[in-house]
Amino acid sequence: MRPALLRLLLPLALLAIAGCAGEFPQSTIDPRTDFAEIIHNLYEQVFWWTMLILAVVWVALTIVIIRFRKREGDGKPKQIRGHLGLEIGWTVGPALIVVAITIPTIQAVFATQRPHDGDPLVVEVVGHRFWWEFNYPEQGVTTANELWLPVDRPVTLRLSASDVIHSFWVPMLGGKRDTNPVVAVREGQDPKYNYLYFTPNEVGMYMGQCAEFCGESHAFMSMRVHVVEPGEFDQWASRWHTSTGAILDEMEGESLPLEDPQVALGRDVFLNQATCGACHAIQGTAAQGRIGPDLTLFGTRRSLAAGIMENNLENLTAWIQDPVRFKPGANMPGTDYAMSARFIAGTSFAWPATNLDETQVRAVSAYLLSLQ
Amino acid sequence: MSTATLEAKHTSTGGAHGEPTGLWSWITTVDHKRIAVMYFVTATIFFFIGGIEAMIIRMQLWNPESSLITPEVYNQLFTMHGTTMIFLVAMPMAVAFFNYLVPLQIGARDVAFPRLNALSFWIFLFGGIYINAGWFMGAAPHASWVGYATLTSTQYSPGPNTDFWFIGLSIVGIASIAGGVNFITTILNMRAPGMKMMRMPLFTWMTLVTSFLLITAVPVIAVALIFLGMDRTFGTVFFNPVMGGDPVLWQHLFWIFGHPEVYILILPSFGIISDIIPTFSRKPLFGYPIVVYAGALIGFIGWGVWSHHMFTTGLGPIADSFFVAATMIIAVPTGIKIFNWLATMWGGSIRFTTAMLFCIGLLAVFTVGGLSGIMHAAAPITLQQHDSYFVVAHFHYVIVGGVMMGLWAGMYYWFPKVTGRFMDETLGKWHFWTTMIGFNLTFFPMHFSGLYGMPRRIYTYSADLNVDLFNQLSTIGAFIFGVSSLIMIWNLAKSLKSGEPAGHNPWDASSLEWAIPSPPHHYNFPELPTVQSREPLWNDGERESILAVTMGEATTEPHMPNPSYWPILLAAAITLAWALVMTGVWWIILLGLVPVFVCTLMWGLEPAFPEEH
Repeated sequence: MRPALLRLLLPLALLAIAGCAGEFPQSTIDPRTDFAEIIHNLYEQVFWWTMLILAVVWVALTIVIIRFRKREGDGKPKQIRGHLGLEIGWTVGPALIVVAITIPTIQAVFATQRPHDGDPLVVEVVGHRFWWEFNYPEQGVTTANELWLPVDRPVTLRLSASDVIHSFWVPMLGGKRDTNPVVAVREGQDPKYNYLYFTPNEVGMYMGQCAEFCGESHAFMSMRVHVVEPGEFDQWASRWHTSTGAILDEMEGESLPLEDPQVALGRDVFLNQATCGACHAIQGTAAQGRIGPDLTLFGTRRSLAAGIMENNLENLTAWIQDPVRFKPGANMPGTDYAMSARFIAGTSFAWPATNLDETQVRAVSAYLLSLQ
Repeated sequence: MSTATLEAKHTSTGGAHGEPTGLWSWITTVDHKRIAVMYFVTATIFFFIGGIEAMIIRMQLWNPESSLITPEVYNQLFTMHGTTMIFLVAMPMAVAFFNYLVPLQIGARDVAFPRLNALSFWIFLFGGIYINAGWFMGAAPHASWVGYATLTSTQYSPGPNTDFWFIGLSIVGIASIAGGVNFITTILNMRAPGMKMMRMPLFTWMTLVTSFLLITAVPVIAVALIFLGMDRTFGTVFFNPVMGGDPVLWQHLFWIFGHPEVYILILPSFGIISDIIPTFSRKPLFGYPIVVYAGALIGFIGWGVWSHHMFTTGLGPIADSFFVAATMIIAVPTGIKIFNWLATMWGGSIRFTTAMLFCIGLLAVFTVGGLSGIMHAAAPITLQQHDSYFVVAHFHYVIVGGVMMGLWAGMYYWFPKVTGRFMDETLGKWHFWTTMIGFNLTFFPMHFSGLYGMPRRIYTYSADLNVDLFNQLSTIGAFIFGVSSLIMIWNLAKSLKSGEPAGHNPWDASSLEWAIPSPPHHYNFPELPTVQSREPLWNDGERESILAVTMGEATTEPHMPNPSYWPILLAAAITLAWALVMTGVWWIILLGLVPVFVCTLMWGLEPAFPEEH
């Protein structure tokens, strides 16, 4: 049985690391940053060492099972109590392997936690139940759930959380790091943050999700990372300041250049009829709430509600009507009280129902999707 | 005197100092063997509860984006699966073996504190029921078995869920500490004449090391749980960051307990297979002193590695490096043990009984878990694998492939001693092979789900991740594994009723528990034997002289402790006192201490032994 198992498992393991990795958007063995690369190199080294040890143990076990099974007429076997040389051998041998693993490991520990020289792009990541907030102090930009990064520029992520511990994990960009709630400190002391340092080296969209259990909808706390050309990144950041929302506000009072009356209605509902702005912000409008995700440029997002579904009119409408149906424990109220009541039972804090009818909700969705 | 005559003598004269029977005799028993049986039965029942929880989890994970159950129920299921399997299955199952075997292996009539031993069992039982009581309110614990702050605070866990968890675990912890004290005292003080430390069977040795870990590690989680209870009940801020408390403090306290806990779980199984492998290889344990020292060393180093569970917490490169090195070092004594077991089998004459198959199975699959452990000791790799299914694969290879395989090996090996009957070998082999297939099919694919980015503790996963195949294999495996457990229960029931009768030493083993009748008298040894070597029953002269005193009947009434109902009453009082903490009213909580005080007092006034005639 043992050799059969060995024949079966080894190629499987090899297959896994050689990996048809393109099909796996959250693969830990398909590195696209320097940080992920260091980890992957170490993983491959340690993997082969462990395979060697496994082979030694399994081969020895197989030989023992075959050669030393009890046979008819066996007498009492020779009563051997030990052998000093062998004991020294299988102490020193593994100890040397352990040293051979430990040295590159500790080198990698320091290499992966060393801040970049030069001029990194700093992004403040804040984990919330159950979504991600991204602040770019340099660009003055705030966004949610979809992180934009320029390719080939070092990135420093400053990690924290607003409620419980979450963990930022985008496997192809590197290992995870917990986003801990910031511990209050005395005046003059610096609060402690965690950091991640990496440089994305390939344009693309990467998937990640919260990796520290954070409650009811932990599974629904995903994110996307758009690694783009530096020009595209700068354009995105400047568009954030001059987005549709901002332009519309400047034109207030004049005749609105809105061809779609549904969008106009949605804007009115969002800003004036409902209290969306108490929690959400849209750059350039009166909506400046900081409790929920910033919705500026919402129409450019590919996914909805922290990466759990495609961002389109149908999904968005369904979400606004009843967020808790998709994300139990979410803090966003639905359109009627009964839906909010489920949420009240789950936490100690609630917003009243929005009481919007379907036409209004569809209009709000259309408005949000128009924010390009 | 030949063995046959000894058996005959035993069977012909049963009942002279027979044990009382009936329910009341079990409730008031202080006999370590009966307590062991109760531990085993209770742990087996909890094993099925935890197993059913696991299967519901696996059904939910069969498809991506499935919604068979709600996320809240899912979170309760995996929290209770982990809590149950660690605290209510693996630990008490090992304690069942400690209880049954340690006095027999060292040649003692009972443990040092028989009533305390009974108290341990009843506290464990009541605490276990208490943790599970949340199910009946639809509010079972739901913050995972590690219960990280601040998810356990009243703000983020406002219901009674977490109260059931911290109170239940606090109660169970008392049982572990009391048990540890008991076994250390027993092993150090109650060995038969000639049973030097370095002649003790490995299982007793590992019980000693484990007991030291219990009395040092369990108090740490007791402290953490009391902090948590204070935060939840009285509004202290140990773990509240807004008020300057630190959630990371919980992680340190939890893992300062949690890592020694891993060795609390695995060392008893290492002890068990160190006794079984020599028997079925018909050779003494290779490198006995080295295996003993390696076990003790694992226990010691196990204290300095807790932060390898916290590589993603952000402790900085210096702390990370220290814990990398300390964790790597532990691989060396573990490897030494494996090589010594292989060397014991090398040159032997191996009988492939079910017990031995489970030992071999352990060597084959525990090694896989140990090696993925080396990957995790490399901190940067852990940054990818931490809290992913790779880790789920790793610790199930260690805990099922190591701990449970060892315990099942022990079950097949010592069942004849406990019942006087063999377990069915055919069913045993079915049990072994279905376990091996089901276990590997469940947990091996999890390495891949993890490598491809599936985090653990998630209610469902996106179809985009492309991990459904691995999850489906795991679910099929889990059900095969479930069937294997049913085969085990069938075998236990069938063998108990109609198993082949076994003599006093059916496996031709070497240690002292095989020198007395199966099942043993309630007083174990009519007279204490004198031990002259490490394998007393394998040396012809020594065996004859030991059997001459151990196989007879006691000639005078043995000096055995009185049965007592105070252990179960005190356990109930302690459980009640803890339960009242849930009220949050200080005077009710204080009032709850009154029964504890009364029971303790009455216990103290009760004579432990019958008066001398």
